[in-house]
Amino acid sequence: MRKLTRQSIEDIAVGAAILGTGGGGDPYIGKLMALSAIEEYGPITLIDPEEIDDDDFIVPSAMMGAPTVLVEKVPSGEEIFKSFYALSNYMGKKIRATMPLEAGGVNSMVPLALAAKLGLPVVDADGMGRAFPELQMVTFSIIGVSATPMVISDEKGNSLVLNTISNKWTEDLARGATVTMGGAVMIALYPMSGNQLKDGGIKNIVTYAEEIGKALRTAKARNQSPVNAIKEITKGHLVFSGKITDIDRKTVGGFARGTAMIEGIDGWQGQSASLDFQNEHLVCRVNETVVVSVPDLITVHDLETGYPITTEGMRYGQRVLIMGMPCNEKWRTEKGLELVGPAYFGYGDIEFIPVEKRIGGN
Amino acid sequence: MSYRLGIDVGGTNTDAAVIDEHFRVIAKAKHPTTEDVTTGIYRVIEKVIKTGKVDPGHIEYAMLGTTHCTNAIVERKYLNKVMVVRIGKPATSAVKPLTGWPEDLKAAIGDHQYIVHGGHEFDGRRIAEINVEEIRGIAKDVKGRVNSVAITSVFSPVNNEHEQEALEILREELGDISYSLSHEIGSIGLIERENATVLNASVVDVAGKANKAFDDALSRIGIKAKKYFGQNDGTLMAIDYAMKYPVLTIACGPTNSIRGACFLTDQKEGLVVDVGGTTTDIGILNKGFPRQSTIAVEIGGVRTNFRMPDLLSIGLGGGTVIKTRNAGDFTIGPESVGSKITEKALIFGGSILTATDVAVKMGLADLGDKETTDLLNEDLASRAHKKMMTTLEEAIDKMKTEAADMPVILVGGGNILFSDKLNGASVVYKPKDCEVANAIGAAISQVSGEVEKVFNLSEISRDEALMQAKEKAVSEAIKAGADENTIEIVDVEDVPLAYLPGNATRVKVKAAGNLLTAGSTR
Repeated sequence: MRKLTRQSIEDIAVGAAILGTGGGGDPYIGKLMALSAIEEYGPITLIDPEEIDDDDFIVPSAMMGAPTVLVEKVPSGEEIFKSFYALSNYMGKKIRATMPLEAGGVNSMVPLALAAKLGLPVVDADGMGRAFPELQMVTFSIIGVSATPMVISDEKGNSLVLNTISNKWTEDLARGATVTMGGAVMIALYPMSGNQLKDGGIKNIVTYAEEIGKALRTAKARNQSPVNAIKEITKGHLVFSGKITDIDRKTVGGFARGTAMIEGIDGWQGQSASLDFQNEHLVCRVNETVVVSVPDLITVHDLETGYPITTEGMRYGQRVLIMGMPCNEKWRTEKGLELVGPAYFGYGDIEFIPVEKRIGGN
Repeated sequence: MSYRLGIDVGGTNTDAAVIDEHFRVIAKAKHPTTEDVTTGIYRVIEKVIKTGKVDPGHIEYAMLGTTHCTNAIVERKYLNKVMVVRIGKPATSAVKPLTGWPEDLKAAIGDHQYIVHGGHEFDGRRIAEINVEEIRGIAKDVKGRVNSVAITSVFSPVNNEHEQEALEILREELGDISYSLSHEIGSIGLIERENATVLNASVVDVAGKANKAFDDALSRIGIKAKKYFGQNDGTLMAIDYAMKYPVLTIACGPTNSIRGACFLTDQKEGLVVDVGGTTTDIGILNKGFPRQSTIAVEIGGVRTNFRMPDLLSIGLGGGTVIKTRNAGDFTIGPESVGSKITEKALIFGGSILTATDVAVKMGLADLGDKETTDLLNEDLASRAHKKMMTTLEEAIDKMKTEAADMPVILVGGGNILFSDKLNGASVVYKPKDCEVANAIGAAISQVSGEVEKVFNLSEISRDEALMQAKEKAVSEAIKAGADENTIEIVDVEDVPLAYLPGNATRVKVKAAGNLLTAGSTR
């Protein structure tokens, strides 16, 4: 158990942006919410999953919808509170703690703001270890935890309880409701026992995000290059370094899809790379050969500072560095790959091969 | 005879240039920027008129690119007391207005902030209705304590009706003070747009004073010109517009330099290296305009979403101090003597070794008393100059968009620091008059017209919508005084609001053209 300070939140936000693998929404608004909340209600307690009893009742919290709506229609701060209490009442159980469902992007911050306000601890775990676009894409789905009962609330005061037959149905129904409610809503879902959390969750991911952020922040003072700092912590591989020469974007089925082309510099002079993305980066090819694919993490960084660049933030002429980081082992199982492997995102022809096997020594 | 006077206030010098109707440079001058900014402007106009023997009566247009507003924000001086009104309840209360602002800046503008009911959804539906009594209530609360109001409503770039309604109500209560509406200042991104709107509201009086000072300077010299302020995208604002949106004057300096460099060389693509007294700014010339930065820009510690030129600044300018150590070691900058260079540099009889002294020693310029550099060790000078060149070359390489060599245009008073043998440059230009490229950039600035509208794409095709918006922008530019034959569409922003069902798209188009002068043909 430990307290999260303002500095921890700043560091977690940077780490979360990297774990967002290009998507997940800019943690900026979420960070402001979390910082405002600790200013008002005091520091947040982070607890290790091992401190949770097997029959404790845990409820993750998150934002659902378009991050572009969130940056304009900032939440009231009451929505997530309502979702959380409605779920507790509905199930007639006392909630021991909340946790992130998605440690990448803006959703790393939502549970922190909620926890500060409720005085509840946050469990140092999530269900993705990164960002993914759909809510059934969590490791809890692998061990059969149901996403419902789930509560969706908007800032106007509407809320909705969902009970569904599968986690994919939860995604589809909740997505429709999100649009009707104004494009960005707050959700409480995957109510689970301490036992399920310890069995299905990705542990110590908040601390991991914080370590990444801290390594990047302090790299300069330690005379280390930002890139090496990240590489060391994430066991990541340097995939490519170059200048973005073209970005082709289109909006398909509510998702920002596209491809970016990068021309090599430094050790990659004369070579080229491409990035396919759907909110998050999906596939990275170097000289037309796949080098990293989902569910492994593909991250794009500013060449100078090492800070992450989102898919929306990429532009012609930027000098970037691409890294591939191994995802959590749970995603590399047969069931895991069924949920988030290349085939689910329409790449039936790409076999998932772990980044460390594809790249090796870099 | 019809002249234009361009003035650009920089960190070290205030520059002026006079051009005729054929865009020939008639006169130029420099004067150190003064602390009050205003005196420097007056002196430089006086100087340019005198040295160029320009008849003040022939100056038809006067364009000012000034740092009044930037300085006021950065120094937290002379700012308005601002009432910050956000329309968005029940949404948005999780992040209060002015969150993340430096405390001293908040204190300087008064920290009067309110969130009231209203605002829109992404698809134009209302989040809540405007509550007239609620708005009257907050107005009564601040009456007499503020002299400027910033109004920001959720999704106002999509639908601005609530900002307009709130404006009417507040005006009834607070009377004729200044009002800044967010949809006229920024785009999607509530916090950044609100910040920009509040900054705008805070510099209204400063802009008024700058305008008055400009007026006084011109009339004291006998210039009866039509006045314009430069803005950050390289186009001009007529005075009444500039007084309403003064925050848009921020960062017009680098834009002016890049536009001036484009004009002096006739290059539309390339790198512009503006060497000042303390720093060197490197920007990219793209189709004759500066390439814009896409990251959030901080002004005085406040995050905004202004479109600013993408610049890389290095701490090396004409006044940069070079310190020597034992064993022939040396350090370059970042300390600089700035505008005091004409007293402190060796070649001007001072005792401080500057980057300019090194350049003179290397024979790159014939300035001051060259003999004073005889004392300077030749080997040291050559190594120091090499280091200066490498520093610039590395920065150029960072900014380049392609591996191939690109044209480089050196401008600014410190352009003499660098030789034309730059790695990474396909060709190096040091055009005539390049030391006042920024003032020339101001003088040749274009006028623009802008239109922003939400189209429903189930009623009209996207192409048709874009065409309508373009036509409207062109006619706005003509209204603002642009020569029809020179108008081009300089910016098209098309934000589909259809990533979620609903078929609306917000189109923003900007058209710009040369000022129609007596000499232009229609």
